[in-house]
Amino acid sequence: MKTFAEIVVSVLIVVGASAALVGSWALARFPSLMTRLHGPSKATTLGVGGCLLASAIYFPVFGGRYSAHELLITLFLFLTAPVSAHMIAKTHLHCQGRRLDPNPADGVQEVIPPTGREADWATFQAPEKKAQFGPPSSR
Amino acid sequence: MRRLVRWLFPHPALAVMLAVIWLFLRNEITPGGVVFALLVGVTVPVLTRRFWPERTRIRIGLRLVAFLAVVVWDIVIANFEMAWLVMFRRSRDLRSHWLVVPLDLEGADAIAMLTATLCLAPGTVASDLSADGRALLVHAIDVADPEAEVARIKARYEAPLRRIFA
Repeated sequence: MKTFAEIVVSVLIVVGASAALVGSWALARFPSLMTRLHGPSKATTLGVGGCLLASAIYFPVFGGRYSAHELLITLFLFLTAPVSAHMIAKTHLHCQGRRLDPNPADGVQEVIPPTGREADWATFQAPEKKAQFGPPSSR
Repeated sequence: MRRLVRWLFPHPALAVMLAVIWLFLRNEITPGGVVFALLVGVTVPVLTRRFWPERTRIRIGLRLVAFLAVVVWDIVIANFEMAWLVMFRRSRDLRSHWLVVPLDLEGADAIAMLTATLCLAPGTVASDLSADGRALLVHAIDVADPEAEVARIKARYEAPLRRIFA
């Protein structure tokens, strides 16, 4: 049982570490911000996920101690990683769309497709605040 | 009486989740810990009710489990595809595209869930939402056929979410 657990834990750690390495490598070599963004936001999912799963298996089997913290770390990471990626992308769109960024990449100004609707993308047009996000009394 | 209950528990599911997370953080179950967890579960939704004006209805069931399983499976598979791209594809051969996904989903929470899913799944990052909340701007790093990719996103992630958030 312990040997089997050891094999599983080692495989998970190697897979997780490789995913983290590939994510960092993507950050270093891709040509523009949008393509680079794909690397690290993925490294967290499989990379950290693999290491945490390994930890969640290792400690109950070898330390005789159960811990829910790995589960919580995974939950918080999966909640926060998309938010930061989304905010970086929006900031990038804003800087390029308003021509604040002296280094145009990704063709945001030229290639970004229209919404196909009347409203523009939210980065370039504020949503009608009261309609959506006001307190219930004001609606 | 009913109004008092509604005021105390604006989001019952959120209250339960917060209490469970608090117990997990403590990592042990003691009577004092349980009382404090219940206190956190009741007070935090009341204090933050202004941020959650609508009560989201989630159908917790087989569909949700199946959706989560599909997402986890896709994350693992697509990570290997991503690793292949990073190591062996030349930068100028990347077929990166901006995709516009027209949304049939309604409700801020359902759209947030779809956005988070797209950001976690390798190969796509959800970059922006249209101001009326009916279209999603997605950056895909390498797709052969943008229209097919949009159809895949709608069928694989959006359709199940529409049934889960009802």
